[in-house]
Amino acid sequence: MPVNVERTELPGIGIRHDVETAAGRRVSIVTFRDGGRELAVADPHDPDRAELSLEITDDEATALSEVLGGSVIMTQLAGLRDQVDGLSTSQIPVRADSPYAGRPLGATRARTLTRCSIVAVVRAGGVVPAPGPDDVLSVGDSLVAIGTARGLEMLARIIEGS
Amino acid sequence: MDHGALVLIELGALLLGIALLGRLAGRLGISPIPLILLGGLAFGEGGLLPFAAGEEFIEIGAEIGVVLLLLMLGLEYTADELVGSLRTSRRAGVIDMLLNALPGAAFALLLGWGPIAAVALGGITWISSSGVVAKLLQDLGRLTNRETPVVLSILVIEDLAMAFYLPLLTALLLGLSLGASVLTVVIAIAVVAVILFVALRHGHVVSRLVSSRSAEVLLLTVLGVTLIVAGLAAQASVSSAVGAFLVGIAISGPVARHAQQMLTPLRDLFASVFFLFFGLSTDPADLLPMLLPALALAAVTMATKLLTGYLAARRSRIGEAGRWRAGFALMPRGEFSIVIAGLAIAAGVDRSLAALATAYVLITIIAGPLLARIPDTRAFTAWTARRQGAGRPAST
Repeated sequence: MPVNVERTELPGIGIRHDVETAAGRRVSIVTFRDGGRELAVADPHDPDRAELSLEITDDEATALSEVLGGSVIMTQLAGLRDQVDGLSTSQIPVRADSPYAGRPLGATRARTLTRCSIVAVVRAGGVVPAPGPDDVLSVGDSLVAIGTARGLEMLARIIEGS
Repeated sequence: MDHGALVLIELGALLLGIALLGRLAGRLGISPIPLILLGGLAFGEGGLLPFAAGEEFIEIGAEIGVVLLLLMLGLEYTADELVGSLRTSRRAGVIDMLLNALPGAAFALLLGWGPIAAVALGGITWISSSGVVAKLLQDLGRLTNRETPVVLSILVIEDLAMAFYLPLLTALLLGLSLGASVLTVVIAIAVVAVILFVALRHGHVVSRLVSSRSAEVLLLTVLGVTLIVAGLAAQASVSSAVGAFLVGIAISGPVARHAQQMLTPLRDLFASVFFLFFGLSTDPADLLPMLLPALALAAVTMATKLLTGYLAARRSRIGEAGRWRAGFALMPRGEFSIVIAGLAIAAGVDRSLAALATAYVLITIIAGPLLARIPDTRAFTAWTARRQGAGRPAST
C-alpha cells in the first residue's frame, strides 16, 4: 500500500515531512536548512502536537535510515521464504574465532561450496546490501543468506570454521 | 589618555559588557536583547556612567546594525516562501495587523503624541519578533506541531509587510505630504513586486552575479551591494532598512545560505551595537513614568496576539490546544519594534517613545516565552480538551 508523505515548508527553518502510520499516528521529520534533523512522534491525545521530539545528527539519520532500510530487506526476504518452498533464509554471525573475520567475503567461496547466496551483511554501522567478494567481514557482522536448509547449514559451519 | 587609545578601550569594554550580558541571558534562557537595552540605559545620557569617546563608531555601527538585521531577514526567506505565505495566510496577516497595530496606534493618540507617533507605535506593537518566536518554537520542541506553519507564515507576512510599512513611516517622519507618502508606498510595493518576480523567475541570475567561490569575496560583495542600496534607498527617502531587506530577498538559493552563514557573526555584532545605541540614547529618567503605560500596552497587545494566533490556527482547522499554543507563541516583540522606535526617535518624535518601546519590548520578550509554556501544562491541556469536547459532539 502506498504511504502518503506530506511535505510542508517551514519558512526560515527548513522542511518538514510527515508520515501517517496505518494506526493513525503521525511521525514527522524536520530537516533544518543548516543541517541536522529532528524526529518527532505526534501525541495521540492531541494530534497537532509532538509527544516526543528528538534532535538527530546527519550521521545518526544515516544510521537510522540504514537500519530501517536493512530491516525492510529482512522482512522482504522473510516474505520470499514463505512464497518459495524449500528456500530458507538465515542470519549467520561472524564470531571472533571465525577464520574469515578480517578476510574478504570471496575467501569463503560460499556460493561455490554451498549454493547459497549472501544477500546482505548487517553490521553495527548499518547494512551492506548485495556484498561483493571484496567486502571484508569483521567480527560482529551478520551474514544474511538465502538457500536450501542444507546449504545454509554448510555455510554456517564454514563461517564458524568447524 | 590618547583619544585613539581611549576609543579602543571604551569599545572593548562595551563589547565585553555585551558578551557578559549575553552569557547571563543564556543562563536565564532568555533573548539577550532586553539585557543589552538595559545595559545601554545604564551608560547613556543621564545614566550611571556617561560614555563619550566611541560615540561616532556606535552611531554608525547602529545604522549598519539595522541594515544587517533587515538584510538577514530578507535572506532568511526565499521568494517562494514569501509568495507562498502570502497566498495561504493573507487573511491571517490582515487580521494580525488590525488586531495588533490598532491598539498601539490608539495608545499613542491617547497619550497625546500625535498621528505620526501613532503610526510608529502601531508598528511597534504589530511586529512579533521572528527571531525570538522561531527560537522559542525550537526550544519547546514544537517544530513538528501542526500549528507551527501557521505561526511561521504570520511571521513571514509581518516581515514582508515591513517592506511597505517602513517606507510609509519614513515618509511620514520626514514630514512629506500625504500624497508623497502614498507615492513612496506605491513605489515600494512596485519595487517589492519586481524584486519578488525577478527572484522567483531569474533568481539564479542575481545569485550568480553575487556568487563567488571565495568566502571573503562573497562577504564583501554582499555587504558592499547592501550598503550601497541601503544608502541609495535612504537618499530616496525609502529608508535604508527597506533597501537592505530587498537585497536580501533578491539573493536566493545556495548563495543566500552561504551569505547568511558569513554574515551572521557580523549581524550579531552590529545588532548588539544597535540595541546598545538605542539604550544609550534612551534617558533612564523617562523609563519610570513609562513603566505603567508599557505594562498596560503589553497586556493589551499580548492578548490581541493571542487572539490573532488563535483565529489563524482555527482557520487552518487546528484543534483547540494548538490554537492557544499558536497564540501564546506569537507574543514576544523584539528587534523590529526597536528598529521602528529608533527610526522614529531619530526623526524627532517624542523621546518618551524610546522609553516606552524599551519597557514594552522588555516586558513582552521576557513574559512572552514564559507564557508560551502555559499551553504545555497539564491543567491547560485538560481545560482545552474539555473545551474541545464541549465545542462539538464527541467523535470516535
